[in-house]
Amino acid sequence: MSKRTVEVELATPGLGARGQPARVPLGVAADQTVEEPEAGAEHLLMNLGPQHPATHGVLRLVVELDGETVVRVIPHVGYLHSGFEKLGEYRHYNQIIPLTDRTDYLSPMANNVGVAMAAERLMGIEITPRCTVLRVIACEMSRIISHMVWLGTTSIDLGAFTPFLWAFQERERIYNLQEMWTGARLTTSLTRVGGLMADIPDGFVEALRHFTSTFPNTLHEIDRVLTRNAVWAGRTQGVGVLTADEAINYSLSGPMLRASGVPYDVRKDKPYLEYETYDFDVPVGEHGDVYDRYLVRLEECHQSNRILEQALDRLPEGPINVDDPRVILPPKSRAMNDMEAMIYHFKQVMEGVKAPVGEAYVGIENPKGELGNYFVSDGTAKPVRWRIRPPAFINLASISKMAEGHLLSDLIAINASVDIVMGEVDR
Amino acid sequence: MNPSVDALRATFGDAIGRAADVCGDTIVSVRRERLYEIMKWLRATPGQRYDYLVDVTAVEYRDRERPLEVVYFLRSLERRADLRVKVELDPTGDLTVDSVTPVWAGGNWLEREVYDMFGITFRGHPDLRRILMWETYAEGYPLRKDFPLRGRFSRAEQVRQALNANPEAHYSMEELSIAEAYTELPADMRERLRKGERGKIPHSE
Repeated sequence: MSKRTVEVELATPGLGARGQPARVPLGVAADQTVEEPEAGAEHLLMNLGPQHPATHGVLRLVVELDGETVVRVIPHVGYLHSGFEKLGEYRHYNQIIPLTDRTDYLSPMANNVGVAMAAERLMGIEITPRCTVLRVIACEMSRIISHMVWLGTTSIDLGAFTPFLWAFQERERIYNLQEMWTGARLTTSLTRVGGLMADIPDGFVEALRHFTSTFPNTLHEIDRVLTRNAVWAGRTQGVGVLTADEAINYSLSGPMLRASGVPYDVRKDKPYLEYETYDFDVPVGEHGDVYDRYLVRLEECHQSNRILEQALDRLPEGPINVDDPRVILPPKSRAMNDMEAMIYHFKQVMEGVKAPVGEAYVGIENPKGELGNYFVSDGTAKPVRWRIRPPAFINLASISKMAEGHLLSDLIAINASVDIVMGEVDR
Repeated sequence: MNPSVDALRATFGDAIGRAADVCGDTIVSVRRERLYEIMKWLRATPGQRYDYLVDVTAVEYRDRERPLEVVYFLRSLERRADLRVKVELDPTGDLTVDSVTPVWAGGNWLEREVYDMFGITFRGHPDLRRILMWETYAEGYPLRKDFPLRGRFSRAEQVRQALNANPEAHYSMEELSIAEAYTELPADMRERLRKGERGKIPHSE
């Protein structure tokens, strides 16, 4: 690579003949030899990350640049690899649930629901009506906080600071609700096989109702600030376009798939948790660019809010856990006083819940896309194989395709639009 | 049971093995020699049209007698139908199957992950490299059952290797060749790269 060889006298000019400060005459550097590299002759290798705020975690992108145009992107993942799938093979089904908090840590409750559902399908357990509705509430709360984080970080990546503060304020309110329910803000570990860790506490329904009644205001504010904003539209429209065929071919899921115009939502097309009985719409984009992904996610927040309201309206009374002492721990008072309950308690804690031989896959619509949990059992209390289908990982695989030919600054927008969370990409 | 199984049997005969309904999903085993052909047929044939590859993974059982399985989760978006295809491999034998990345582009990273975690080679994959572990990872394949939970190397050895790793080795030779950056590296860095097992170095002396 040729080097710039400009050497300008940088000594402070003294005083002129009449005592006025002498100025450096204009054009002093004109005679110096400057060897500019020929434009387009050489490609630049640029490393972005793993420690970079715009990569949303420890993603590393090696970018081949021609001037400012991206020629090729080579993503490197794995910096946060924790071996969750391997750890799962050494744990009882209920012990796996805390691991899922840490995969997609922006929507821990939805992950908890997904893994519990897979274990229940494997064991053939039908959960109670109250538990079903509470799990819907957990999933939709997760969707809102995940989309809020996405919106906040993406807007900050593209130079808009205010929506970030609004979005994180809303996320904080949900975090308070999560803390109320589970005692933890992030590591919720909400579900158990066959039920939930805890019922909702007193005052939760009112607090969530207050949230659902005020949350749309924030969404409207964000909408007013961003949707018709010339800078926002200019940075996002026509950037990172994937057609419907490409989106399907790359196995995208969730808002990424729907922004490209493919109307597939697991909640509608393979309903679980009685989602078919809720009245909600699935937003579908048409251009498949970053802007459409933004619109889809923003509208999904509105729809999640609707689902939350309906779920609160129909929340039935009753037990949250199935009535099966082989699966659900007896209450402590019974375990200490009742011989039979104590035996069940002992067996569950020491041996775990045994699953029959077989395998089960359950895909649920997580904020990032279709989160699949695949259990293979050989009849013992620990799975032979626990596979997470990581939506963020699979969505991220298309980044090279999307970024080709765009400017480097668009790569930041494209990377943000994928909505990755490295805990899940690397697992 | 998914009607695709009967259609598969009618077309491919004895290349189709057992089929069963387990927990609401249809699972069908196919012979590994004809996997690519079968996958292409499943994707392209009208009436099948499995255009969406949900997931690719592998399963090794604790029972050493059982074969290692490569599992493909297929979905037809227009028919809203799912099918799970399995290929069985002998864990002590040749762990090679045909890559389905030419059929579904989404298979690229998924197959790389299976290669990384199980050591299964995908013939015809455009870029079969480790993905979650680093390229010079030498402890083996973490999700295999003979791989201990804490890794093969001692903690001291892992720390030693981490401290001795040269940061430049985090670029592949392919990446360094993008900008012909190799020739611009300092001599000692080049020397270390040359010593490492990083494949053929372009434009080197």
